[in-house]
Amino acid sequence: MQDLTSEILELVRLTSTDLPPDVEAALREATQAEEPGSAARNALDTILMNVELSRRNSTPICQDTGTPIFFVRYPEGWSTRQLRAQIENAVAEATRKAYLRPNAVDSLSGKNSGNNLGDDHFPTVHFEEVEGEALTIELILKGGGCENVGAQYSLPNAALGAGRDLAGVRKVVLDAVHKAQGQGCAPGILGVAVGGDRGTSYLASKEALLRRLDQPSDDPELAELEQRLTQEANQLEIGPMGFGGKTTVLATKMTSLHRLPASFFVTISYMCWAYRRRKMTLRNGQVSYE
Amino acid sequence: MNKIQLPFDDQTILALKVGDPLYLSGVMVTGRDTVHKWMVDTFIKKTRPPAGDDLQVYQAIQPLLAGSCIYHCGPVVSGLDTQEYRFVAAGPTTSSREEPYQGDVMRHFKIQGVIGKGGMGPKTLQACAEVPGVYLHAIGGAASLIAQTVKRVLGVYKLEFGVPEAMWVIEVEDFPVVVTMDAHGNSLHAEVAQRSKAVLDELLAKA
Ligand code: SF4
Repeated sequence: MQDLTSEILELVRLTSTDLPPDVEAALREATQAEEPGSAARNALDTILMNVELSRRNSTPICQDTGTPIFFVRYPEGWSTRQLRAQIENAVAEATRKAYLRPNAVDSLSGKNSGNNLGDDHFPTVHFEEVEGEALTIELILKGGGCENVGAQYSLPNAALGAGRDLAGVRKVVLDAVHKAQGQGCAPGILGVAVGGDRGTSYLASKEALLRRLDQPSDDPELAELEQRLTQEANQLEIGPMGFGGKTTVLATKMTSLHRLPASFFVTISYMCWAYRRRKMTLRNGQVSYE
Repeated sequence: MNKIQLPFDDQTILALKVGDPLYLSGVMVTGRDTVHKWMVDTFIKKTRPPAGDDLQVYQAIQPLLAGSCIYHCGPVVSGLDTQEYRFVAAGPTTSSREEPYQGDVMRHFKIQGVIGKGGMGPKTLQACAEVPGVYLHAIGGAASLIAQTVKRVLGVYKLEFGVPEAMWVIEVEDFPVVVTMDAHGNSLHAEVAQRSKAVLDELLAKA
Protein backbone atom coordinates (compact mmCIF):
# COMPACT_ATOMS: atom_id res chain seq x y z
CA MET A 1 0.00 0.00 0.00
CA GLN A 2 1.24 3.44 -0.95
CA ASP A 3 2.30 5.79 1.86
CA LEU A 4 0.30 9.01 1.47
CA THR A 5 1.50 10.83 4.59
CA SER A 6 3.24 13.68 2.79
CA GLU A 7 0.35 14.06 0.33
CA ILE A 8 -2.09 14.26 3.23
CA LEU A 9 0.17 16.80 4.95
CA GLU A 10 -0.11 18.93 1.82
CA LEU A 11 -3.91 18.52 1.94
CA VAL A 12 -3.90 19.82 5.52
CA ARG A 13 -1.63 22.75 4.61
CA LEU A 14 -3.79 23.67 1.65
CA THR A 15 -6.99 23.43 3.66
CA SER A 16 -5.73 25.52 6.54
CA THR A 17 -4.05 28.25 4.51
CA ASP A 18 -5.82 28.54 1.16
CA LEU A 19 -9.56 29.26 1.12
CA PRO A 20 -11.38 27.47 -1.73
CA PRO A 21 -12.08 29.68 -4.78
CA ASP A 22 -15.89 29.36 -4.60
CA VAL A 23 -15.93 30.64 -1.01
CA GLU A 24 -13.59 33.52 -1.77
CA ALA A 25 -15.71 34.51 -4.79
CA ALA A 26 -18.86 34.50 -2.66
CA LEU A 27 -17.16 36.73 -0.08
CA ARG A 28 -16.07 39.12 -2.83
CA GLU A 29 -19.61 39.30 -4.12
CA ALA A 30 -20.87 39.98 -0.60
CA THR A 31 -18.65 43.07 -0.26
CA GLN A 32 -20.53 44.67 -3.14
CA ALA A 33 -23.76 44.57 -1.14
CA GLU A 34 -22.39 46.48 1.83
CA GLU A 35 -22.15 50.24 2.17
CA PRO A 36 -18.55 51.50 1.69
CA GLY A 37 -17.16 52.62 5.05
CA SER A 38 -19.65 50.57 7.06
CA ALA A 39 -18.42 48.19 9.76
CA ALA A 40 -19.80 45.30 7.69
CA ARG A 41 -17.87 46.35 4.60
CA ASN A 42 -14.68 46.88 6.56
CA ALA A 43 -15.07 43.44 8.11
CA LEU A 44 -15.40 41.79 4.70
CA ASP A 45 -12.47 43.77 3.29
CA THR A 46 -10.35 42.69 6.24
CA ILE A 47 -11.44 39.08 5.77
CA LEU A 48 -10.42 39.15 2.10
CA MET A 49 -7.06 40.75 2.89
CA ASN A 50 -6.54 38.03 5.45
CA VAL A 51 -7.40 35.33 2.90
CA GLU A 52 -4.81 36.67 0.47
CA LEU A 53 -2.17 37.03 3.15
CA SER A 54 -2.70 33.48 4.42
CA ARG A 55 -2.39 32.07 0.94
CA ARG A 56 0.76 34.06 0.22
CA ASN A 57 2.50 33.25 3.51
CA SER A 58 1.10 29.77 3.90
CA THR A 59 -0.23 30.58 7.38
CA PRO A 60 -3.56 29.48 8.86
CA ILE A 61 -6.53 31.51 7.65
CA CYS A 62 -7.96 31.30 11.15
CA GLN A 63 -6.09 30.41 14.32
CA ASP A 64 -8.87 28.05 15.27
CA THR A 65 -7.97 25.28 12.89
CA GLY A 66 -10.85 23.33 14.36
CA THR A 67 -11.57 19.65 14.35
CA PRO A 68 -9.97 18.05 11.33
CA ILE A 69 -12.79 16.03 9.75
CA PHE A 70 -11.67 13.64 7.03
CA PHE A 71 -13.94 11.84 4.58
CA VAL A 72 -12.02 9.04 2.90
CA ARG A 73 -13.45 7.14 -0.06
CA TYR A 74 -11.20 4.26 -0.98
CA PRO A 75 -11.28 1.50 -3.61
CA GLU A 76 -11.22 -2.13 -2.59
CA GLY A 77 -7.91 -3.34 -1.18
CA TRP A 78 -6.85 -0.40 0.99
CA SER A 79 -6.27 -0.77 4.70
CA THR A 80 -8.26 1.81 6.66
CA ARG A 81 -6.06 1.10 9.66
CA GLN A 82 -2.97 2.14 7.73
CA LEU A 83 -4.75 5.11 6.17
CA ARG A 84 -5.77 6.28 9.61
CA ALA A 85 -2.17 6.02 10.83
CA GLN A 86 -0.99 8.07 7.85
CA ILE A 87 -3.64 10.69 8.49
CA GLU A 88 -2.59 10.90 12.14
CA ASN A 89 1.07 11.28 11.22
CA ALA A 90 0.22 14.02 8.74
CA VAL A 91 -1.91 15.85 11.32
CA ALA A 92 0.84 15.72 13.96
CA GLU A 93 3.38 16.98 11.42
CA ALA A 94 1.04 19.77 10.30
CA THR A 95 0.76 20.82 13.93
CA ARG A 96 4.57 20.94 14.25
CA LYS A 97 4.68 23.12 11.16
CA ALA A 98 2.04 25.45 12.70
CA TYR A 99 -0.50 24.78 9.95
CA LEU A 100 -2.71 23.54 12.77
CA ARG A 101 -3.08 24.76 16.31
CA PRO A 102 -2.90 22.06 19.01
CA ASN A 103 -6.62 21.57 19.50
CA ALA A 104 -7.20 18.16 21.06
CA VAL A 105 -8.10 18.52 24.73
CA ASP A 106 -8.73 15.58 27.07
CA SER A 107 -12.25 16.24 28.32
CA LEU A 108 -11.58 14.82 31.77
CA SER A 109 -8.10 16.10 32.61
CA GLY A 110 -8.33 19.28 30.52
CA LYS A 111 -4.92 18.51 29.08
CA ASN A 112 -4.12 19.49 25.52
CA SER A 113 -2.32 16.64 23.76
CA GLY A 114 -0.19 19.17 21.89
CA ASN A 115 -0.25 17.40 18.54
CA ASN A 116 -3.93 17.26 17.60
CA LEU A 117 -4.11 13.55 18.28
CA GLY A 118 -6.58 12.28 20.81
CA ASP A 119 -8.71 9.21 20.96
CA ASP A 120 -10.45 7.42 18.06
CA HIS A 121 -12.41 10.58 17.21
CA PHE A 122 -9.66 13.18 17.05
CA PRO A 123 -9.00 13.73 14.24
CA THR A 124 -12.34 12.53 12.95
CA VAL A 125 -12.06 10.14 10.02
CA HIS A 126 -14.99 8.71 8.08
CA PHE A 127 -14.20 5.80 5.76
CA GLU A 128 -16.27 4.49 2.90
CA GLU A 129 -15.31 1.87 0.35
CA VAL A 130 -16.28 2.88 -3.16
CA GLU A 131 -16.26 1.38 -6.63
CA GLY A 132 -13.62 2.34 -9.17
CA GLU A 133 -9.91 3.07 -8.95
CA ALA A 134 -9.71 6.52 -7.39
CA LEU A 135 -9.10 7.25 -3.73
CA THR A 136 -10.34 10.60 -2.48
CA ILE A 137 -9.75 12.33 0.82
CA GLU A 138 -11.83 15.36 1.68
CA LEU A 139 -10.96 17.50 4.67
CA ILE A 140 -12.99 20.08 6.53
CA LEU A 141 -11.45 22.12 9.34
CA LYS A 142 -14.36 23.13 11.50
CA GLY A 143 -13.69 25.70 14.19
CA GLY A 144 -15.25 25.79 17.63
CA GLY A 145 -17.00 29.14 17.35
CA CYS A 146 -19.25 27.94 14.57
CA GLU A 147 -19.52 24.36 15.82
CA ASN A 148 -20.87 25.70 19.11
CA VAL A 149 -23.82 27.33 17.38
CA GLY A 150 -24.82 24.18 15.49
CA ALA A 151 -28.29 23.05 16.57
CA GLN A 152 -30.66 20.14 16.43
CA TYR A 153 -34.43 20.53 16.60
CA SER A 154 -36.98 17.83 17.18
CA LEU A 155 -40.19 18.60 15.31
CA PRO A 156 -42.90 19.54 16.03
CA ASN A 157 -41.64 22.62 17.88
CA ALA A 158 -44.58 24.44 19.43
CA ALA A 159 -42.65 27.58 20.43
CA LEU A 160 -41.69 28.24 16.81
CA GLY A 161 -44.91 26.93 15.31
CA ALA A 162 -42.88 24.41 13.35
CA GLY A 163 -44.61 21.22 12.21
CA ARG A 164 -43.23 18.04 10.66
CA ASP A 165 -42.84 19.30 7.12
CA LEU A 166 -40.54 21.53 5.08
CA ALA A 167 -42.41 24.62 6.28
CA GLY A 168 -41.45 23.59 9.81
CA VAL A 169 -37.88 22.92 8.71
CA ARG A 170 -37.69 26.45 7.34
CA LYS A 171 -38.76 27.94 10.66
CA VAL A 172 -36.25 26.15 12.83
CA VAL A 173 -33.39 26.91 10.44
CA LEU A 174 -34.20 30.61 10.58
CA ASP A 175 -34.34 30.39 14.37
CA ALA A 176 -30.90 28.75 14.41
CA VAL A 177 -29.45 31.54 12.26
CA HIS A 178 -30.91 34.14 14.57
CA LYS A 179 -29.48 32.41 17.63
CA ALA A 180 -26.06 32.03 16.02
CA GLN A 181 -25.60 35.74 15.58
CA GLY A 182 -22.33 37.16 16.67
CA GLN A 183 -20.88 33.77 17.41
CA GLY A 184 -20.18 31.83 14.27
CA CYS A 185 -18.21 34.46 12.33
CA ALA A 186 -20.83 35.37 9.76
CA PRO A 187 -21.29 35.32 6.85
CA GLY A 188 -21.78 31.60 7.28
CA ILE A 189 -22.81 28.56 5.31
CA LEU A 190 -25.60 26.29 6.55
CA GLY A 191 -25.42 22.52 6.31
CA VAL A 192 -28.90 21.20 7.06
CA ALA A 193 -30.00 17.58 7.45
CA VAL A 194 -33.66 16.64 7.65
CA GLY A 195 -34.39 13.28 9.31
CA GLY A 196 -32.07 10.52 10.53
CA ASP A 197 -31.39 9.87 14.20
CA ARG A 198 -29.57 12.40 16.33
CA GLY A 199 -26.15 11.06 15.34
CA THR A 200 -26.62 10.44 11.63
CA SER A 201 -28.38 13.77 11.27
CA TYR A 202 -25.39 15.70 12.55
CA LEU A 203 -23.04 13.74 10.35
CA ALA A 204 -25.18 14.31 7.25
CA SER A 205 -25.41 18.04 8.01
CA LYS A 206 -21.60 18.17 7.87
CA GLU A 207 -21.40 16.06 4.75
CA ALA A 208 -23.77 18.49 3.04
CA LEU A 209 -21.04 21.10 3.54
CA LEU A 210 -18.77 19.22 1.15
CA ARG A 211 -20.84 20.45 -1.80
CA ARG A 212 -19.63 23.44 -3.74
CA LEU A 213 -21.46 26.66 -3.01
CA ASP A 214 -23.01 26.79 -6.48
CA GLN A 215 -24.14 23.16 -6.39
CA PRO A 216 -27.79 22.91 -5.31
CA SER A 217 -29.43 19.84 -3.82
CA ASP A 218 -30.46 17.16 -6.33
CA ASP A 219 -33.93 17.28 -4.86
CA PRO A 220 -35.86 20.15 -6.46
CA GLU A 221 -37.90 20.84 -3.33
CA LEU A 222 -34.79 21.05 -1.16
CA ALA A 223 -32.98 23.10 -3.80
CA GLU A 224 -35.80 25.63 -3.69
CA LEU A 225 -35.77 25.74 0.10
CA GLU A 226 -31.99 26.24 0.09
CA GLN A 227 -32.44 29.37 -1.99
CA ARG A 228 -35.28 30.67 0.10
CA LEU A 229 -33.46 30.09 3.38
CA THR A 230 -30.37 31.93 2.23
CA GLN A 231 -32.50 34.83 1.10
CA GLU A 232 -34.61 34.98 4.25
CA ALA A 233 -31.63 34.54 6.57
CA ASN A 234 -30.15 37.60 4.92
CA GLN A 235 -33.31 39.58 5.59
CA LEU A 236 -32.41 39.31 9.28
CA GLU A 237 -29.61 41.80 8.53
CA ILE A 238 -27.32 40.34 11.15
CA GLY A 239 -24.49 40.95 8.73
CA PRO A 240 -20.80 40.09 8.63
CA MET A 241 -19.52 39.54 12.20
CA GLY A 242 -22.99 40.45 13.45
CA PHE A 243 -22.25 44.14 12.79
CA GLY A 244 -25.55 44.51 10.92
CA GLY A 245 -25.55 44.29 7.12
CA LYS A 246 -26.84 42.52 4.06
CA THR A 247 -24.97 39.24 4.07
CA THR A 248 -25.48 36.84 6.96
CA VAL A 249 -25.49 33.56 5.07
CA LEU A 250 -23.56 32.83 1.86
CA ALA A 251 -25.34 29.57 1.01
CA THR A 252 -27.52 26.78 2.39
CA LYS A 253 -26.82 23.10 1.67
CA MET A 254 -29.60 20.65 2.49
CA THR A 255 -29.93 16.91 2.52
CA SER A 256 -32.51 14.43 3.79
CA LEU A 257 -32.36 11.04 5.46
CA HIS A 258 -34.91 8.40 6.29
CA ARG A 259 -36.20 8.68 9.84
CA LEU A 260 -38.21 6.72 12.35
CA PRO A 261 -41.96 7.33 12.29
CA ALA A 262 -41.67 8.80 15.78
CA SER A 263 -38.71 11.13 15.09
CA PHE A 264 -38.28 14.21 12.94
CA PHE A 265 -34.92 15.84 13.52
CA VAL A 266 -33.61 18.90 11.76
CA THR A 267 -29.90 19.44 12.26
CA ILE A 268 -28.03 22.57 11.35
CA SER A 269 -24.27 22.64 11.14
CA TYR A 270 -23.18 26.23 10.91
CA MET A 271 -19.94 26.84 9.03
CA CYS A 272 -18.17 30.16 9.41
CA TRP A 273 -16.83 32.20 6.48
CA ALA A 274 -13.48 30.44 7.04
CA TYR A 275 -14.99 27.51 5.20
CA ARG A 276 -11.86 25.39 4.91
CA ARG A 277 -12.58 22.34 2.84
CA ARG A 278 -10.31 20.71 0.29
CA LYS A 279 -10.09 17.44 -1.56
CA MET A 280 -7.25 15.26 -2.80
CA THR A 281 -7.66 12.54 -5.38
CA LEU A 282 -5.27 9.68 -6.03
CA ARG A 283 -5.70 8.21 -9.48
CA ASN A 284 -3.18 6.01 -11.31
CA GLY A 285 -0.54 6.89 -8.73
CA GLN A 286 -1.03 10.66 -9.32
CA VAL A 287 -2.30 13.00 -6.63
CA SER A 288 -4.28 16.10 -7.47
CA TYR A 289 -5.91 18.70 -5.21
CA GLU A 290 -9.04 20.80 -5.57
CA MET B 1 -9.86 56.09 11.53
CA ASN B 2 -8.65 56.51 15.07
CA LYS B 3 -5.18 55.47 16.08
CA ILE B 4 -4.91 54.62 19.75
CA GLN B 5 -1.76 54.21 21.80
CA LEU B 6 -2.22 51.86 24.76
CA PRO B 7 -2.70 52.22 27.70
CA PHE B 8 -5.97 54.15 27.45
CA ASP B 9 -6.94 57.11 29.57
CA ASP B 10 -10.48 57.74 30.83
CA GLN B 11 -11.00 60.70 28.56
CA THR B 12 -10.25 58.64 25.44
CA ILE B 13 -12.54 55.85 26.60
CA LEU B 14 -15.42 58.20 27.29
CA ALA B 15 -15.10 59.73 23.84
CA LEU B 16 -15.44 56.36 22.09
CA LYS B 17 -18.80 55.28 20.75
CA VAL B 18 -20.35 52.24 19.16
CA GLY B 19 -19.30 51.90 15.53
CA ASP B 20 -15.91 53.63 15.83
CA PRO B 21 -13.15 51.78 13.97
CA LEU B 22 -9.82 51.92 15.82
CA TYR B 23 -6.22 50.91 15.29
CA LEU B 24 -4.52 49.91 18.52
CA SER B 25 -0.79 50.05 19.24
CA GLY B 26 1.01 49.09 22.42
CA VAL B 27 1.12 46.22 24.87
CA MET B 28 -1.78 43.91 25.66
CA VAL B 29 -2.32 40.45 27.11
CA THR B 30 -4.25 37.48 25.75
CA GLY B 31 -6.58 35.58 28.04
CA ARG B 32 -9.51 33.27 27.51
CA ASP B 33 -11.50 30.61 29.33
CA THR B 34 -8.91 29.09 31.66
CA VAL B 35 -7.32 32.46 32.45
CA HIS B 36 -10.62 34.10 33.37
CA LYS B 37 -11.63 31.24 35.61
CA TRP B 38 -8.17 31.21 37.20
CA MET B 39 -8.29 34.97 37.85
CA VAL B 40 -11.72 34.86 39.43
CA ASP B 41 -11.18 31.70 41.49
CA THR B 42 -7.72 32.67 42.76
CA PHE B 43 -7.78 36.44 43.20
CA ILE B 44 -11.34 37.74 43.09
CA LYS B 45 -13.69 35.17 44.65
CA LYS B 46 -10.70 33.39 46.24
CA THR B 47 -12.33 29.98 46.14
CA ARG B 48 -8.93 28.35 45.70
CA PRO B 49 -5.63 29.33 47.32
CA PRO B 50 -2.82 30.60 45.08
CA ALA B 51 -0.47 27.79 44.09
CA GLY B 52 2.80 27.45 42.18
CA ASP B 53 3.77 30.74 40.56
CA ASP B 54 0.26 32.24 40.85
CA LEU B 55 1.31 35.20 42.98
CA GLN B 56 4.34 36.09 40.85
CA VAL B 57 2.21 35.94 37.73
CA TYR B 58 -0.41 38.11 39.40
CA GLN B 59 2.18 40.76 40.16
CA ALA B 60 3.60 40.62 36.68
CA ILE B 61 0.29 40.98 34.85
CA GLN B 62 -1.27 43.66 37.05
CA PRO B 63 0.69 46.60 35.61
CA LEU B 64 0.30 45.18 32.09
CA LEU B 65 -3.47 44.97 32.32
CA ALA B 66 -4.19 48.25 34.11
CA GLY B 67 -5.57 50.68 31.53
CA SER B 68 -4.87 48.27 28.71
CA CYS B 69 -6.63 45.40 26.95
CA ILE B 70 -7.27 41.75 27.50
CA TYR B 71 -7.58 39.94 24.20
CA HIS B 72 -9.77 36.84 23.91
CA CYS B 73 -7.48 34.89 21.67
CA GLY B 74 -5.94 31.45 21.48
CA PRO B 75 -3.11 31.98 18.99
CA VAL B 76 -1.06 29.69 16.79
CA VAL B 77 2.51 30.35 17.93
CA SER B 78 5.73 29.24 16.30
CA GLY B 79 9.10 28.86 18.01
CA LEU B 80 7.70 26.87 20.92
CA ASP B 81 10.82 24.72 21.10
CA THR B 82 13.34 27.57 20.91
CA GLN B 83 11.21 30.08 22.86
CA GLU B 84 11.66 32.53 20.03
CA TYR B 85 7.92 33.00 19.94
CA ARG B 86 6.15 34.43 16.96
CA PHE B 87 2.39 34.79 16.44
CA VAL B 88 1.41 32.98 13.27
CA ALA B 89 -2.37 33.24 13.52
CA ALA B 90 -4.18 35.23 16.14
CA GLY B 91 -7.82 36.07 15.54
CA PRO B 92 -10.35 36.59 18.33
CA THR B 93 -12.34 33.84 20.02
CA THR B 94 -16.00 34.04 21.07
CA SER B 95 -16.24 36.39 24.05
CA SER B 96 -19.61 35.40 25.46
CA ARG B 97 -18.03 32.46 27.28
CA GLU B 98 -16.29 35.00 29.55
CA GLU B 99 -19.48 36.88 30.38
CA PRO B 100 -19.77 35.36 33.87
CA TYR B 101 -16.24 36.57 34.71
CA GLN B 102 -15.45 39.59 32.60
CA GLY B 103 -17.05 42.39 34.60
CA ASP B 104 -15.30 41.37 37.82
CA VAL B 105 -12.00 40.89 36.02
CA MET B 106 -12.26 44.35 34.43
CA ARG B 107 -12.95 46.01 37.78
CA HIS B 108 -10.26 44.07 39.63
CA PHE B 109 -7.47 44.74 37.14
CA LYS B 110 -8.78 48.10 35.81
CA ILE B 111 -8.90 46.69 32.31
CA GLN B 112 -10.28 49.31 29.93
CA GLY B 113 -10.48 47.37 26.70
CA VAL B 114 -11.87 43.90 26.15
CA ILE B 115 -11.10 42.55 22.67
CA GLY B 116 -12.88 39.56 21.21
CA LYS B 117 -15.69 38.62 18.91
CA GLY B 118 -19.43 38.32 19.14
CA GLY B 119 -19.87 40.89 21.90
CA MET B 120 -20.84 40.38 25.52
CA GLY B 121 -23.85 40.76 27.76
CA PRO B 122 -25.28 43.16 30.34
CA LYS B 123 -22.77 42.39 33.12
CA THR B 124 -19.85 43.41 30.95
CA LEU B 125 -21.75 46.42 29.61
CA GLN B 126 -22.30 47.52 33.20
CA ALA B 127 -18.58 47.14 33.97
CA CYS B 128 -17.76 49.19 30.84
CA ALA B 129 -19.81 52.04 32.31
CA GLU B 130 -18.13 51.75 35.73
CA VAL B 131 -14.44 51.21 35.00
CA PRO B 132 -14.84 52.91 32.34
CA GLY B 133 -14.07 50.62 29.45
CA VAL B 134 -15.12 49.48 26.00
CA TYR B 135 -15.62 46.22 24.18
CA LEU B 136 -13.65 46.08 20.96
CA HIS B 137 -14.65 43.67 18.23
CA ALA B 138 -11.82 42.20 16.19
CA ILE B 139 -12.54 40.52 12.86
CA GLY B 140 -13.25 36.89 13.61
CA GLY B 141 -11.07 34.57 11.62
CA ALA B 142 -8.75 37.29 10.32
CA ALA B 143 -5.95 35.44 12.00
CA SER B 144 -3.01 35.92 9.65
CA LEU B 145 -3.72 39.60 9.26
CA ILE B 146 -3.98 40.23 12.99
CA ALA B 147 -0.85 38.15 13.63
CA GLN B 148 1.02 40.54 11.35
CA THR B 149 0.10 43.45 13.61
CA VAL B 150 1.74 41.60 16.51
CA LYS B 151 5.25 43.01 16.32
CA ARG B 152 6.73 41.20 19.28
CA VAL B 153 5.88 38.57 21.83
CA LEU B 154 7.21 40.01 25.07
CA GLY B 155 6.54 36.98 27.21
CA VAL B 156 4.12 34.28 28.21
CA TYR B 157 2.56 33.30 31.53
CA LYS B 158 0.80 30.08 32.45
CA LEU B 159 1.95 28.19 29.41
CA GLU B 160 0.92 25.07 31.31
CA PHE B 161 -2.70 26.02 30.47
CA GLY B 162 -1.80 25.13 26.86
CA VAL B 163 -0.78 27.39 23.97
CA PRO B 164 -4.30 28.68 23.23
CA GLU B 165 -5.13 29.25 26.90
CA ALA B 166 -1.89 30.85 28.12
CA MET B 167 -1.44 34.57 28.74
CA TRP B 168 0.70 35.96 25.96
CA VAL B 169 2.07 39.45 26.42
CA ILE B 170 2.24 41.06 23.01
CA GLU B 171 3.16 44.35 21.47
CA VAL B 172 0.88 45.28 18.59
CA GLU B 173 0.89 47.96 15.97
CA ASP B 174 -2.28 49.10 14.20
CA PHE B 175 -4.40 46.21 15.38
CA PRO B 176 -7.82 46.81 13.72
CA VAL B 177 -10.98 46.70 15.89
CA VAL B 178 -14.45 48.22 16.02
CA VAL B 179 -16.06 49.59 19.19
CA THR B 180 -19.26 47.58 19.62
CA MET B 181 -19.96 48.30 23.32
CA ASP B 182 -19.15 51.68 24.80
CA ALA B 183 -18.92 53.20 28.26
CA HIS B 184 -22.32 54.85 27.86
CA GLY B 185 -24.48 51.76 27.92
CA ASN B 186 -24.68 51.24 24.16
CA SER B 187 -24.23 47.84 22.57
CA LEU B 188 -24.31 47.22 18.84
CA HIS B 189 -24.95 43.55 19.63
CA ALA B 190 -28.09 44.32 21.62
CA GLU B 191 -29.32 46.58 18.81
CA VAL B 192 -28.75 44.02 16.06
CA ALA B 193 -30.28 41.25 18.18
CA GLN B 194 -33.41 43.28 18.75
CA ARG B 195 -33.83 44.35 15.14
CA SER B 196 -33.22 40.87 13.76
CA LYS B 197 -35.66 39.38 16.27
CA ALA B 198 -38.44 41.58 14.90
CA VAL B 199 -37.69 40.37 11.36
CA LEU B 200 -37.51 36.76 12.55
CA ASP B 201 -40.95 37.03 14.15
CA GLU B 202 -42.36 38.33 10.87
CA LEU B 203 -40.76 35.48 8.92
CA LEU B 204 -42.01 32.88 11.41
CA ALA B 205 -45.55 34.20 11.04
CA LYS B 206 -45.39 33.41 7.30
CA ALA B 207 -46.05 29.89 6.04
S1 SF4 C 1 -15.94 30.61 13.80
FE1 SF4 C 1 -14.55 30.15 12.11
S2 SF4 C 1 -13.60 32.09 11.49
FE2 SF4 C 1 -14.54 32.34 13.50
S3 SF4 C 1 -12.88 31.99 14.92
FE3 SF4 C 1 -13.98 30.06 14.69
S4 SF4 C 1 -12.95 28.98 13.02
FE4 SF4 C 1 -12.28 31.10 12.97
